[in-house]
Amino acid sequence: MSNKKNWPLWEIFVRSKNGLEHRHFGSLHAADSEMALENARDVYTRRSEGVSIWVVESNNITASNPDNNGELFEPAHDKVYRHPTFYELPDDVKHM
Amino acid sequence: MKENLYNYILGIADNSLILGQRLGELCGHGPTLETDIACTNISLDLFGQVRSYFQYAAKIAGDKRTEDDIAMLRKEREYKNVLLVEQPNTNFAYTIGRQFLFDAYHLAFLAELQKSTDLTLSAIANKCIKEVSYHERFSSDWVKRLGDGTEESNQKMQEAINDLWTYTDELFHQTEADKVMVSEGVGVDVTKLKLNYYKRVNDLLQVADLEIPESKYFQKGGKEGVHTEHLGYLLSELQYMQRAYPNMEW
Repeated sequence: MSNKKNWPLWEIFVRSKNGLEHRHFGSLHAADSEMALENARDVYTRRSEGVSIWVVESNNITASNPDNNGELFEPAHDKVYRHPTFYELPDDVKHM
Repeated sequence: MKENLYNYILGIADNSLILGQRLGELCGHGPTLETDIACTNISLDLFGQVRSYFQYAAKIAGDKRTEDDIAMLRKEREYKNVLLVEQPNTNFAYTIGRQFLFDAYHLAFLAELQKSTDLTLSAIANKCIKEVSYHERFSSDWVKRLGDGTEESNQKMQEAINDLWTYTDELFHQTEADKVMVSEGVGVDVTKLKLNYYKRVNDLLQVADLEIPESKYFQKGGKEGVHTEHLGYLLSELQYMQRAYPNMEW
């Protein structure tokens, strides 16, 4: 199978149980989306980790450039007032 | 001891045991990481099924033998698996061809075994059929991919199907134990599965752009314990630990 290096990469998202969101589990190679689903089933859910699988070809993901991390993320570092930590919660309110 | 029932269970279980061992050989050697895991997953499914059958067989035998003794300590002539499942992993096309030719049978067989009057067997069949539906989906998918792939993959898939074809007819042979079990409503009448089996297989081969082999010469013997040369090598690996270190536990 000399072509295996040509198989595109797929990102695998698995929902571990109903009600939870799909989480990124990893990536694998497959010739098409159907094979990616079957491979993901075998690689990531064989210990009953999931109830639903999404596969997305990695090419289709637009990622932020780490070179831009400064302008994208650093400005948020000194804006503590964006966290809702300045309210005094009454004792009766639980689970916040 | 119910000799016929015991032999009947072994006939079913040995197919899964030997095929599971064959697939297990691919652990760490599959053509890709993903197919390697898929094949060994199927192997583990089959071993899980085998345990249910051998536990039941041990109960029926009613002597001191455990499921492990029955699985590991018989001689070659005492294994009742069909010749198809002992055929080697010559290349990935053979692995897939063997798997599909067996899965198509296995799925139809379990659907009937679910109706068995023996409640243990019907419960095992009920549990196994979901796993085997996936096996058939996996193997038929790969037959299509290889058959309808490149010129080279088509040629290799065709060669595998041509070579393995001679072992398909045996799936539908009845042993003496089979006949008794069918008459008691426990066993599956495999002769009735034959027509639909070849229809399913031929349909898939056509979709996969493969020729249906025309050979009318078929091998048999596995169900009676007369095996191809490949089984001895497989058993020597399967049984090595128990033979070298009797009663050893994991």
